[in-house]
Amino acid sequence: MYSFEPTDEQKMLIDAIKRYATGDLRAAAHDADEDGELKPALIEKGWELGVLQASIPEDFGGFGEYSALNGVLAAEEMAWGDLAGAMAVMTPALFAVPLLLGGTDEQKQEYLPPLAEAEWQPYTAALIEERYDFDATDLATVAVEDGDDYLISGAKAYVPFANESVGMLVYARLGDQTQAFIFPKDSAGVTVGERQKLLGINALPLYRVQFEGVRVPKANRLGGAEGHPIEPILATAYLANAAMALGVSRAAFEYSRDYAKDRDAFGVKVAQKQAIAFMLAEMATEIEAIRLLLWEAAWMLDNGKEGAFKQAYLAHIGAMDMVVMVTDRAVQILGGHGYIREHPVEMWLRNGRGIATFAGLAMV
Amino acid sequence: MIEFESPKPIVQQSNVLETVAVNMMRPVSRYFDDHEHEIPWDYINFMHMAMRATGAGSLAPREEKKPKEPGKERPRIGYQMLAFMLEMLSWGDVGLYLVTPGGGLGAAAVEAAGTPEQKQKFLARFREEKPAFGAMAMTEPQAGSDTSMIRATAVLDKETNEWVLNGEKIFVTGGHKSLLEGNGIVVVWATIDPKAGRAGMRSFVVEANTPGVSVTKLEHKMGIRASDTASIVLQDARVPFDHILGSPEVIVEKTTTGFKGAMATFDATRPLVAATGIGVARATLELVKELLEKEGVVIRYGLPRQKLTSIERDIIDMEVMLRSAWLLIIKAVWMADTGKPNSLEASMAKVRAGDVVTKITQKALEIMGPVGYSRDLLLEKWFRDAKITDIYEGTGQINRLVVARQILGYRGSELR
Repeated sequence: MYSFEPTDEQKMLIDAIKRYATGDLRAAAHDADEDGELKPALIEKGWELGVLQASIPEDFGGFGEYSALNGVLAAEEMAWGDLAGAMAVMTPALFAVPLLLGGTDEQKQEYLPPLAEAEWQPYTAALIEERYDFDATDLATVAVEDGDDYLISGAKAYVPFANESVGMLVYARLGDQTQAFIFPKDSAGVTVGERQKLLGINALPLYRVQFEGVRVPKANRLGGAEGHPIEPILATAYLANAAMALGVSRAAFEYSRDYAKDRDAFGVKVAQKQAIAFMLAEMATEIEAIRLLLWEAAWMLDNGKEGAFKQAYLAHIGAMDMVVMVTDRAVQILGGHGYIREHPVEMWLRNGRGIATFAGLAMV
Repeated sequence: MIEFESPKPIVQQSNVLETVAVNMMRPVSRYFDDHEHEIPWDYINFMHMAMRATGAGSLAPREEKKPKEPGKERPRIGYQMLAFMLEMLSWGDVGLYLVTPGGGLGAAAVEAAGTPEQKQKFLARFREEKPAFGAMAMTEPQAGSDTSMIRATAVLDKETNEWVLNGEKIFVTGGHKSLLEGNGIVVVWATIDPKAGRAGMRSFVVEANTPGVSVTKLEHKMGIRASDTASIVLQDARVPFDHILGSPEVIVEKTTTGFKGAMATFDATRPLVAATGIGVARATLELVKELLEKEGVVIRYGLPRQKLTSIERDIIDMEVMLRSAWLLIIKAVWMADTGKPNSLEASMAKVRAGDVVTKITQKALEIMGPVGYSRDLLLEKWFRDAKITDIYEGTGQINRLVVARQILGYRGSELR
């Protein structure tokens, strides 16, 4: 059957996140962006909503089961509040979700309970490399065998909370595939650089990290000796990224719609001008269309349908275009006011432009 | 529960219709494009026979069913079935699909706004032995999207209790076949009070062979040439009182209820018309991918855009457009099936489908270059067939207005 109605449980989840996104994330977003800082209490409150914990089975310290669909519903709602804040709250998922999807039972048993059963901790992952044609399936960071270990070398960027991380998953090329490795704490050969300064998501602390022959036991390869397929992990990264884009887009759409209904020009509200009304109609249509594409991809992934990876990729491609179109128009609809930092739309445009780059910076 | 599983009856229907599309439509696509106004009887007779046998896709009321056992009621998927059917037949050939017997937009209007008695009276004919057609006559030479400009009149002759219709209608899809080939119907829009604007607007069922009704012109079109587009003149055409769609009581009140009721037809038909566009777009995209594959072009899904070739980017963008537009349609018809108000979603689906089918067919010709522009392939035909999607059943702009009014909470008077 086709159905587009979330379950009552999903509605409760969305409502709970919406309260947090409205009262906490959105309320803090402007200052967090200006100051480049998120208050630990804000992150902790988001963590306590238990979105990630609900994805982790009881055996591994959580209280639910993995669902990409729940993940995208949650991610949209949280990113509606603030993209940087949402990414911070969800950063431990960068470590936990690949473990859920590709880890051995021993690995899950060792790493997931201490992550899920405690307060928010800076578990993170290093995937993105700083070059224009970065491709997660063609990494420059390499892993080579050395006895019972792998030696990992390379340079990563956009690593959230790298300076204080308590656990880090690092992606490297092994032979001709991308594999993830669980780095032991305080590994030698890891150098965390200065915090990065970017166009947007200023509140999220992101770092460049260097690896020089970092020694990782073979048992720490995600999935053990056999390793793991990379496609499901990339698929969930695409889904999360697209869901984040939806949240940002919906925020910008709603804000510019409300502004247009309030602003007088030429004796009417500007929303009464077709030039503005049509922009809004197209923004709303685009958001709804891409949301359905995303939902279908998440549903396919959860149900083991063939083509789920491709569908998630399509949703990601669609979402990166959607978010720039929608946030740009939001700024345009507010006119000069849209360019002023007192209104959030210029921040959403800066953040939205990053979606094309952020695949791998969130997972659900 | 959010779900994207095609129900079994839809999968089965699609398998059958794909065979029809491949064997009965594609082979004659070019012929009926070249021979405008020739009627594809083989296709029509086959479809009529098949639809009578299965009841599939016909808007005609089904035979009375035995009361169901309690608790065994299945979710309604009638509009979803129809959307899938139209998509697949339009994938075969949208011009030919438009001449499928079964009532078309005329029957849809009766279905949406008629009483149970009217549905029985006007739709039963589509189940009879010979094929019959249905059409909707709204547009006039001076009144396109602005339906309040409609001048056709309906005056009640109290002595005979008949409506007397006068006026000229143009761009009536299937108008010729509905009136002159079999026992069809045309739903005609007319005003019962020219001074009342939209409040006076009503729709009337005019049956084939009604005296005073004539087909005066068949248009020559850019595409969908297998489908006739007729001009109809009504001169003192008389129809019985109960041929007015909707409750007769509202006539007295002169409210816009009747108009709105008739407009509700669009909530049902817009996603379906959108589905026909998606059929054309899918046919186009599939053929382009097939032709490229023969040339050794492989689409590498999963790469960052920066590493894709221009053709790969185009194809991937087209897939995003196609799938997301189709899902909007499914949501809109799912809402219709589950009784949820869907004006917003119906117009969104139409906006998106009109956009993507024109973009996809236009881009396909650019990509395929001299091969695409040639009449050896159907790509150039689909390019011509596609454009109408963004025009009929409310232009892209009218549907943007509908979407905008809904999301802004404006009435028509507040956002013109």
